[in-house]
Amino acid sequence: MIRRASGVLHGRPWLGLLLLLIPPLLWMGIIYMGSLVNLLLYSFYALDDFTGQIKFEPTLATLQQLFTSSSNVDIVQRTFVMSLVVTIACALLAFPIAYFMAFHTKGNSKAFWILLVLLPLWSSYLVRVYAWKLLLAKEGIISWFFDTLGIRFVLDWILTLPIIGGFSLSSSYLGMFLVFVYVWLPYMILPIQASLERVPKSLLQASSDLGAKPNQTFWKVLLPLTVPGIAAGSIFTFSLTLGDYIIPGVIGAPGFFIGQMVYTQQGTAGNIPLAAAFSLVPIVIIGLYLALAKRWGAFDAL
Amino acid sequence: MTSASWGLRIAAFLCIFFLHFPLFIIVLYAFTTDDKTYAFPPPGLTLHWFTVAAGRADIWAALWLSVQTALLATAIALVLGTMVAAAMYKAKFWGKESITLLFILPIALPGIVTGIALLSTIRRVNLEPGVLTMVIGHATFCIVTVFNNVVARLRRLSQSQLEASADLGADSWQTFRFVVLPSISTALLAGGLLSFALSFDEVIVTTFTAGTDQTLPIWFLNELFRPRDRPITNVVALFVIAVTLIPILLVQRLTQAGEDLHGGGKTS
Repeated sequence: MIRRASGVLHGRPWLGLLLLLIPPLLWMGIIYMGSLVNLLLYSFYALDDFTGQIKFEPTLATLQQLFTSSSNVDIVQRTFVMSLVVTIACALLAFPIAYFMAFHTKGNSKAFWILLVLLPLWSSYLVRVYAWKLLLAKEGIISWFFDTLGIRFVLDWILTLPIIGGFSLSSSYLGMFLVFVYVWLPYMILPIQASLERVPKSLLQASSDLGAKPNQTFWKVLLPLTVPGIAAGSIFTFSLTLGDYIIPGVIGAPGFFIGQMVYTQQGTAGNIPLAAAFSLVPIVIIGLYLALAKRWGAFDAL
Repeated sequence: MTSASWGLRIAAFLCIFFLHFPLFIIVLYAFTTDDKTYAFPPPGLTLHWFTVAAGRADIWAALWLSVQTALLATAIALVLGTMVAAAMYKAKFWGKESITLLFILPIALPGIVTGIALLSTIRRVNLEPGVLTMVIGHATFCIVTVFNNVVARLRRLSQSQLEASADLGADSWQTFRFVVLPSISTALLAGGLLSFALSFDEVIVTTFTAGTDQTLPIWFLNELFRPRDRPITNVVALFVIAVTLIPILLVQRLTQAGEDLHGGGKTS
C-alpha cells in the first residue's frame, strides 16, 4: 500500500506536500483558529439581565462595559503598567549576564552557562511561584535576612511606600514585581545573548581603532545591534505578564489583573462574553507589539 | 577574548544566584519539620513528609492523570509536528510564513487566550471538559515544540544522502524509513521529551479545559491559592521539579548544547 502510494507521489512533490500539510492544518485551523474566532464572537454576546444566561444575539454591550466601567479600565491599565515595568527590569538585569556569556565564555563553559539559565526556565512554573511564596512570607527568608542584619527597619520602610508597599512583601506590588521578573528573566537573557553573539567582533575593533572610547562603542555600536534581541525577549516577558493570572492571585495586592478577570468571569461569574472581551485586550496589545517588534528585527533574533 | 571585569563577573554570578536560590529553597523546605508556617530557618529536618505524601491517594490519582494527558498530547504532537516539519523544511510555497505563524500562535499568545478560546468552543459544541479536551489543548501548543526540533535537524540533513538513496533505487517510503527516520530519531526523542515536560507542567490551558478533573499542577495550584497541606505541598514541589528536569537534561545531551531548547516553545 505504502509502496504504491509512494509510487503515485513520485514526480508529484506538491501532492506529497499537500498530504503532509492537510492533517496538521486541519487540526490547527479547526480547533485553534476556530476557537479564536469563536472567542471573538462570544465577546459580541452579553448576559441576559433577567436570567443571567448568555443571549446569543450580537451586541456591543459587553465590549462597551469593558471600556466604560472605570474598574475595568483600571484593570487594563494596571496590567499594562506591570508588564511594561517587568519587561524593562528584565532587560536591565539580563544584559550584563548575556554580555558575559557572549564575550567571556566559550565551548563547554558557554554550554554550561546556557544550561544554568535554562534549568530554572524549564523547572515547573508553579513550583517557582511557590518558592517565592516561601521567600516572601512574613516569617520567610527575606524577612529573616533583614532581621539578622539588624536592618529590619529598611524593609518596613519600603513596605510603607505608596503603591509598591503593603502589609508584607507577599501582599505588595513589589513582591509581585519580583516574582514576575524572576519567572520570565531567562526569556530575556537568551535572545540578548544570541544577538550579542552575532555582533561581528571586527566591528567593535573598528570602532575602537577609529578612536571611540569603550563606552562610545557600547552605546553607538553594540547596543543598537542588540535591539532585535531585546525586542525578541520583551515579546515573551511582556506577553507572559499580560496574560498571567496565577502570580497576581498568589502574591500581591488585591487589585485585579486581566488574566484574573478572564478567569473569574468564566468561572464563578459564568460570564464567558465578558471573559472573552477581556481576553481580546492582550490579543490586541500583543498584535500591535508584534508589529512593532517586527520593525525592530525581533523575528530574526528568535 | 579578554578577561571579564570584576563588576561584570559579579553581576553574572549574582544573576545565576537569583535564578537558582529559589529552587534551592524548595529542596530545603521539603525536609522541614515546620507544618504551619513558612518559617526560615527550618526548625528541624525530617523525611517524615515524604512517607505521608506517598500515602496520599489524591496525589497519585492527579499524577497518573497528568502522565496520561502528557503521553497522549505528546503522541499527537509528534505525528502532526513531524508532518509539518517534513512539509516545510525545504519547500517554498505561497502562504508558508502564515503557516509558520499559525503554529507559533499558541505560544505567542498568552496561555489564557488559548484557554478561554478552547473553553468557549467546548461550551458551544456541548463537549464535556475532561481528559479529551485537555489532550486536545495540550497537543495544540506541543506541535510547535516537535516542529522546531525536527525541522532544525532536517535542515542539517544533506540533500546528497537523499539523492544517493533515490539513485540506488529506493522509493520515497524506503528513503524515509531507512535514511530520514534514523537521522531525525534523536530530534524526535528530544521534541517528544520537551512536549512531555511542557504538558506535564502546564496549568493555564489546563484549568480551562480540565473540567472537574485534577492534574498534578491543578492539585498544586489549589494548594497555592488555599494552603491546606503545606508540608505535603513542599514534597510535591520537589518531586515536580525532579520530573520536569530529567527530560530537559536528557534533551540537553541529545541536542548540541541545547540549541533546540532555546525558548523551545516553553511559555506558560
